[in-house]
Amino acid sequence: MTKGILGKKLGMTQIFAADGKCVPVTVVEAGPCIVLQKKTEEKDGYNALQLGFGARKAQRTNKPAMGHFKKAGKGMFGFLREVECDSVDDHAIGDEITCGEFFAAGDIIDVTGTSKGKGFQGVIKRWNFAGGRASHGSMFHRRPGGIGASAWPSRVFKGKKMAGQMGNKRVTTQGLEVVDVRPEKGLVLVKGAVPGPVNGLLLIRKSRKV
Amino acid sequence: MNIIDRLEMEQIKKNIPVFKAGDTLKVHVKIVEGDKQRIQVFQGVCIKRHNNGLGSTFTVRKISNGMGVERIFPLHSPNIDTIEVLMVGRVRRAKLYYLRNLQGKAARIREKRRI
Repeated sequence: MTKGILGKKLGMTQIFAADGKCVPVTVVEAGPCIVLQKKTEEKDGYNALQLGFGARKAQRTNKPAMGHFKKAGKGMFGFLREVECDSVDDHAIGDEITCGEFFAAGDIIDVTGTSKGKGFQGVIKRWNFAGGRASHGSMFHRRPGGIGASAWPSRVFKGKKMAGQMGNKRVTTQGLEVVDVRPEKGLVLVKGAVPGPVNGLLLIRKSRKV
Repeated sequence: MNIIDRLEMEQIKKNIPVFKAGDTLKVHVKIVEGDKQRIQVFQGVCIKRHNNGLGSTFTVRKISNGMGVERIFPLHSPNIDTIEVLMVGRVRRAKLYYLRNLQGKAARIREKRRI
Protein backbone atom coordinates (compact mmCIF):
# COMPACT_ATOMS: atom_id res chain seq x y z
CA MET A 1 0.00 0.00 0.00
CA THR A 2 1.23 3.49 -0.79
CA LYS A 3 1.94 5.84 2.08
CA GLY A 4 0.79 8.98 0.29
CA ILE A 5 -1.70 10.46 -2.12
CA LEU A 6 -1.91 13.75 -4.03
CA GLY A 7 -4.71 16.24 -3.65
CA LYS A 8 -5.94 19.76 -4.13
CA LYS A 9 -7.05 22.20 -1.45
CA LEU A 10 -10.59 23.41 -2.13
CA GLY A 11 -11.06 25.71 0.86
CA MET A 12 -12.24 25.76 4.44
CA THR A 13 -15.63 25.50 6.08
CA GLN A 14 -17.09 24.03 9.24
CA ILE A 15 -19.17 20.99 10.02
CA PHE A 16 -21.11 19.92 13.06
CA ALA A 17 -19.78 16.73 14.64
CA ALA A 18 -22.02 13.99 16.03
CA ASP A 19 -21.95 15.57 19.50
CA GLY A 20 -23.03 18.92 18.06
CA LYS A 21 -19.61 20.56 18.31
CA CYS A 22 -18.59 22.79 15.45
CA VAL A 23 -15.39 21.55 13.80
CA PRO A 24 -13.31 23.69 11.40
CA VAL A 25 -12.33 21.64 8.35
CA THR A 26 -10.34 22.01 5.17
CA VAL A 27 -11.94 20.36 2.16
CA VAL A 28 -9.37 18.50 0.08
CA GLU A 29 -9.99 16.82 -3.23
CA ALA A 30 -7.72 13.78 -2.85
CA GLY A 31 -7.03 11.58 -5.83
CA PRO A 32 -7.80 9.72 -7.94
CA CYS A 33 -4.09 9.22 -8.60
CA ILE A 34 -2.68 6.95 -11.28
CA VAL A 35 0.45 4.85 -10.73
CA LEU A 36 2.79 5.92 -13.55
CA GLN A 37 6.06 4.32 -12.56
CA LYS A 38 7.41 1.94 -9.97
CA LYS A 39 10.78 2.57 -8.32
CA THR A 40 12.22 -0.63 -6.96
CA GLU A 41 14.97 -1.55 -4.52
CA GLU A 42 16.97 -3.46 -7.18
CA LYS A 43 16.82 -0.85 -9.89
CA ASP A 44 16.61 2.48 -8.07
CA GLY A 45 17.78 1.66 -4.56
CA TYR A 46 14.44 2.46 -2.90
CA ASN A 47 10.78 1.54 -3.10
CA ALA A 48 8.38 4.21 -4.29
CA LEU A 49 5.48 4.84 -6.61
CA GLN A 50 5.27 7.72 -9.02
CA LEU A 51 1.73 9.07 -8.95
CA GLY A 52 0.03 11.34 -11.46
CA PHE A 53 -2.77 13.75 -10.45
CA GLY A 54 -4.80 16.41 -12.19
CA ALA A 55 -5.70 16.03 -15.87
CA ARG A 56 -3.79 17.99 -18.46
CA LYS A 57 -4.58 18.43 -22.16
CA ALA A 58 -2.53 16.26 -24.54
CA GLN A 59 -1.99 19.39 -26.61
CA ARG A 60 -0.14 20.98 -23.70
CA THR A 61 2.06 17.96 -22.99
CA ASN A 62 5.49 17.64 -24.52
CA LYS A 63 6.52 14.50 -26.37
CA PRO A 64 8.85 12.91 -23.78
CA ALA A 65 6.21 13.31 -21.04
CA MET A 66 3.53 11.99 -23.35
CA GLY A 67 5.56 8.82 -23.95
CA HIS A 68 5.88 8.38 -20.19
CA PHE A 69 2.12 8.82 -19.63
CA LYS A 70 1.24 6.43 -22.46
CA LYS A 71 2.72 3.49 -20.52
CA ALA A 72 -0.09 3.88 -17.99
CA GLY A 73 -2.65 4.73 -20.68
CA LYS A 74 -4.84 6.89 -18.41
CA GLY A 75 -4.39 10.27 -20.10
CA MET A 76 -2.02 13.12 -19.26
CA PHE A 77 -1.32 14.57 -15.83
CA GLY A 78 -0.36 17.97 -14.53
CA PHE A 79 1.37 16.87 -11.34
CA LEU A 80 3.75 13.98 -10.74
CA ARG A 81 5.13 13.07 -7.35
CA GLU A 82 6.87 10.07 -5.85
CA VAL A 83 5.44 8.61 -2.67
CA GLU A 84 6.97 6.04 -0.34
CA CYS A 85 5.69 2.51 -0.52
CA ASP A 86 6.46 -0.64 1.47
CA SER A 87 6.31 -2.99 -1.49
CA VAL A 88 5.56 -1.90 -5.02
CA ASP A 89 4.17 -5.33 -5.94
CA ASP A 90 0.67 -4.45 -4.65
CA HIS A 91 0.26 -1.97 -7.47
CA ALA A 92 0.52 -2.20 -11.26
CA ILE A 93 1.27 0.66 -13.60
CA GLY A 94 -2.04 2.33 -14.52
CA ASP A 95 -3.69 1.46 -11.18
CA GLU A 96 -5.96 4.07 -9.70
CA ILE A 97 -5.59 5.10 -6.05
CA THR A 98 -8.70 6.76 -4.69
CA CYS A 99 -9.31 8.59 -1.46
CA GLY A 100 -11.83 5.98 -0.31
CA GLU A 101 -9.22 3.23 -0.05
CA PHE A 102 -6.50 5.49 1.34
CA PHE A 103 -8.38 7.29 4.14
CA ALA A 104 -10.77 6.42 6.91
CA ALA A 105 -12.39 8.87 9.31
CA GLY A 106 -10.20 9.28 12.39
CA ASP A 107 -6.87 8.77 10.57
CA ILE A 108 -3.96 11.00 11.53
CA ILE A 109 -2.17 12.48 8.50
CA ASP A 110 0.63 14.85 7.54
CA VAL A 111 -0.14 17.36 4.80
CA THR A 112 2.59 19.00 2.69
CA GLY A 113 2.00 22.01 0.50
CA THR A 114 3.59 25.21 -0.74
CA SER A 115 2.77 28.05 1.63
CA LYS A 116 1.28 31.33 0.44
CA GLY A 117 4.03 33.69 -0.70
CA LYS A 118 4.35 36.88 1.36
CA GLY A 119 7.27 38.39 -0.58
CA PHE A 120 10.29 40.08 1.04
CA GLN A 121 9.31 40.78 4.62
CA GLY A 122 10.97 42.47 7.57
CA VAL A 123 11.81 40.79 10.86
CA ILE A 124 8.58 41.80 12.62
CA LYS A 125 6.29 39.92 10.23
CA ARG A 126 8.76 37.16 9.39
CA TRP A 127 10.13 36.30 12.82
CA ASN A 128 7.73 38.05 15.21
CA PHE A 129 10.35 40.53 16.49
CA ALA A 130 8.93 43.11 18.85
CA GLY A 131 10.12 46.27 17.10
CA GLY A 132 10.89 49.55 18.79
CA ARG A 133 8.74 52.31 20.29
CA ALA A 134 6.64 54.42 17.97
CA SER A 135 6.92 57.82 19.64
CA HIS A 136 8.97 60.10 21.90
CA GLY A 137 11.68 60.79 19.35
CA SER A 138 12.36 57.14 18.66
CA MET A 139 13.77 56.48 15.22
CA PHE A 140 13.94 52.75 15.83
CA HIS A 141 10.57 51.43 14.63
CA ARG A 142 10.66 48.13 12.74
CA ARG A 143 14.41 47.50 12.65
CA PRO A 144 16.06 44.23 13.65
CA GLY A 145 18.65 45.63 16.10
CA GLY A 146 22.09 44.11 16.50
CA ILE A 147 22.94 41.01 14.56
CA GLY A 148 25.97 39.86 16.53
CA ALA A 149 29.17 40.85 18.33
CA SER A 150 32.18 42.64 16.88
CA ALA A 151 35.74 41.40 17.24
CA TRP A 152 34.60 37.90 17.89
CA PRO A 153 33.20 36.25 15.82
CA SER A 154 33.69 39.00 13.19
CA ARG A 155 30.88 37.52 11.15
CA VAL A 156 27.15 36.93 11.35
CA PHE A 157 26.16 33.45 12.44
CA LYS A 158 24.39 31.22 9.96
CA GLY A 159 20.65 31.05 10.40
CA LYS A 160 20.45 34.52 12.01
CA LYS A 161 16.85 35.70 11.84
CA MET A 162 16.80 38.57 9.36
CA ALA A 163 14.53 40.08 6.71
CA GLY A 164 13.97 38.10 3.53
CA GLN A 165 11.57 36.02 1.46
CA MET A 166 8.65 34.77 3.50
CA GLY A 167 6.31 31.99 2.43
CA ASN A 168 6.17 30.27 -0.96
CA LYS A 169 8.14 27.34 0.37
CA ARG A 170 7.41 23.73 1.21
CA VAL A 171 5.60 23.38 4.53
CA THR A 172 4.37 20.24 6.26
CA THR A 173 1.65 20.29 8.89
CA GLN A 174 1.83 17.16 10.99
CA GLY A 175 -0.79 15.29 12.95
CA LEU A 176 -4.00 16.47 11.30
CA GLU A 177 -7.14 14.44 11.82
CA VAL A 178 -9.38 13.15 9.05
CA VAL A 179 -12.92 14.11 10.10
CA ASP A 180 -14.85 12.64 7.20
CA VAL A 181 -14.29 10.93 3.84
CA ARG A 182 -16.68 11.24 0.90
CA PRO A 183 -15.39 8.64 -1.57
CA GLU A 184 -18.20 9.22 -4.10
CA LYS A 185 -17.02 12.81 -4.62
CA GLY A 186 -13.34 12.13 -3.87
CA LEU A 187 -13.36 14.54 -0.92
CA VAL A 188 -11.57 14.39 2.41
CA LEU A 189 -12.41 16.73 5.30
CA VAL A 190 -9.31 17.47 7.37
CA LYS A 191 -9.59 19.09 10.79
CA GLY A 192 -7.87 22.48 10.86
CA ALA A 193 -5.84 24.32 8.26
CA VAL A 194 -3.41 22.96 5.67
CA PRO A 195 -0.54 24.88 4.01
CA GLY A 196 -0.99 26.79 0.79
CA PRO A 197 -3.64 28.67 -1.16
CA VAL A 198 -6.96 27.36 -2.45
CA ASN A 199 -6.34 25.14 -5.50
CA GLY A 200 -2.81 24.42 -4.23
CA LEU A 201 -1.30 20.97 -4.74
CA LEU A 202 -1.00 18.88 -1.58
CA LEU A 203 0.88 15.71 -0.73
CA ILE A 204 -0.98 13.81 1.98
CA ARG A 205 0.78 11.06 3.91
CA LYS A 206 -0.04 8.80 6.82
CA SER A 207 1.35 10.47 9.92
CA ARG A 208 4.91 9.59 10.89
CA LYS A 209 4.18 10.15 14.55
CA VAL A 210 1.50 7.55 15.14
CA MET B 1 -22.57 26.10 -6.78
CA ASN B 2 -19.14 24.95 -5.71
CA ILE B 3 -18.27 21.93 -3.62
CA ILE B 4 -17.93 23.82 -0.37
CA ASP B 5 -21.32 25.50 -0.75
CA ARG B 6 -22.83 22.09 -1.42
CA LEU B 7 -21.21 20.63 1.71
CA GLU B 8 -22.68 23.46 3.75
CA MET B 9 -26.12 23.08 2.17
CA GLU B 10 -26.28 19.51 3.48
CA GLN B 11 -26.14 20.77 7.04
CA ILE B 12 -28.26 23.89 6.78
CA LYS B 13 -31.60 23.49 8.57
CA LYS B 14 -34.70 24.23 6.56
CA ASN B 15 -37.24 24.56 9.36
CA ILE B 16 -35.93 27.61 11.18
CA PRO B 17 -38.71 30.07 12.12
CA VAL B 18 -38.52 33.66 10.94
CA PHE B 19 -37.15 35.87 13.70
CA LYS B 20 -34.90 38.85 14.08
CA ALA B 21 -33.34 41.07 16.71
CA GLY B 22 -35.92 42.29 19.24
CA ASP B 23 -37.97 39.09 19.20
CA THR B 24 -38.44 37.11 22.39
CA LEU B 25 -37.33 33.53 21.86
CA LYS B 26 -37.54 30.24 23.66
CA VAL B 27 -34.57 28.12 22.60
CA HIS B 28 -34.75 24.42 23.37
CA VAL B 29 -31.17 23.13 23.70
CA LYS B 30 -30.20 19.46 23.80
CA ILE B 31 -27.88 18.64 26.68
CA VAL B 32 -26.08 15.32 27.00
CA GLU B 33 -25.21 14.17 30.49
CA GLY B 34 -23.39 10.85 30.42
CA ASP B 35 -25.60 8.71 28.21
CA LYS B 36 -28.81 10.61 28.96
CA GLN B 37 -30.09 13.48 26.89
CA ARG B 38 -32.43 16.18 28.10
CA ILE B 39 -33.75 19.48 26.82
CA GLN B 40 -33.01 22.78 28.49
CA VAL B 41 -34.87 25.97 27.68
CA PHE B 42 -33.20 29.34 27.39
CA GLN B 43 -35.68 32.19 27.10
CA GLY B 44 -34.82 35.79 26.37
CA VAL B 45 -34.58 38.57 23.83
CA CYS B 46 -32.67 38.03 20.60
CA ILE B 47 -30.28 40.98 20.49
CA LYS B 48 -28.29 40.03 17.41
CA ARG B 49 -28.38 37.85 14.34
CA HIS B 50 -25.15 37.14 12.53
CA ASN B 51 -25.95 35.79 9.07
CA ASN B 52 -23.10 33.80 7.55
CA GLY B 53 -24.50 30.69 5.88
CA LEU B 54 -23.71 27.62 7.93
CA GLY B 55 -21.76 29.77 10.39
CA SER B 56 -24.81 31.91 11.26
CA THR B 57 -25.39 32.61 14.93
CA PHE B 58 -27.87 34.47 17.10
CA THR B 59 -27.47 35.93 20.56
CA VAL B 60 -30.15 35.67 23.23
CA ARG B 61 -30.07 37.88 26.33
CA LYS B 62 -31.97 37.33 29.52
CA ILE B 63 -31.81 38.58 33.08
CA SER B 64 -31.09 35.71 35.44
CA ASN B 65 -31.20 36.51 39.17
CA GLY B 66 -30.58 40.16 38.44
CA MET B 67 -27.56 39.36 36.29
CA GLY B 68 -27.61 39.80 32.53
CA VAL B 69 -26.76 36.56 30.70
CA GLU B 70 -26.11 36.32 26.97
CA ARG B 71 -25.76 33.11 25.06
CA ILE B 72 -24.61 32.78 21.47
CA PHE B 73 -26.16 29.88 19.56
CA PRO B 74 -25.02 28.53 16.20
CA LEU B 75 -28.21 28.74 14.17
CA HIS B 76 -27.71 25.42 12.39
CA SER B 77 -26.33 23.45 15.33
CA PRO B 78 -27.86 19.99 15.78
CA ASN B 79 -27.87 20.73 19.52
CA ILE B 80 -30.68 23.21 19.04
CA ASP B 81 -33.90 21.25 19.17
CA THR B 82 -36.44 23.98 18.43
CA ILE B 83 -36.69 27.74 18.44
CA GLU B 84 -40.03 29.25 19.51
CA VAL B 85 -40.87 32.86 18.77
CA LEU B 86 -42.94 34.13 21.71
CA MET B 87 -43.17 37.80 20.75
CA VAL B 88 -42.20 39.85 17.73
CA GLY B 89 -40.64 43.05 19.03
CA ARG B 90 -40.72 46.52 17.52
CA VAL B 91 -37.14 47.79 17.41
CA ARG B 92 -35.27 50.25 15.21
CA ARG B 93 -31.83 48.60 15.27
CA ALA B 94 -30.43 45.33 13.91
CA LYS B 95 -28.10 44.86 16.90
CA LEU B 96 -29.58 45.71 20.28
CA TYR B 97 -26.36 46.28 22.19
CA TYR B 98 -27.99 49.25 23.94
CA LEU B 99 -30.04 46.81 26.04
CA ARG B 100 -26.86 45.97 27.96
CA ASN B 101 -26.87 49.42 29.50
CA LEU B 102 -30.55 49.39 30.42
CA GLN B 103 -32.44 47.50 33.06
CA GLY B 104 -35.93 46.99 34.37
CA LYS B 105 -38.68 48.99 32.68
CA ALA B 106 -36.27 50.76 30.31
CA ALA B 107 -35.13 47.46 28.84
CA ARG B 108 -38.63 46.52 27.70
CA ILE B 109 -39.35 46.08 24.01
CA ARG B 110 -42.74 46.96 22.57
CA GLU B 111 -44.61 44.30 20.65
CA LYS B 112 -44.97 44.85 16.95
CA ARG B 113 -48.53 45.51 15.92
CA ARG B 114 -49.68 43.16 13.26
CA ILE B 115 -52.00 44.48 10.59
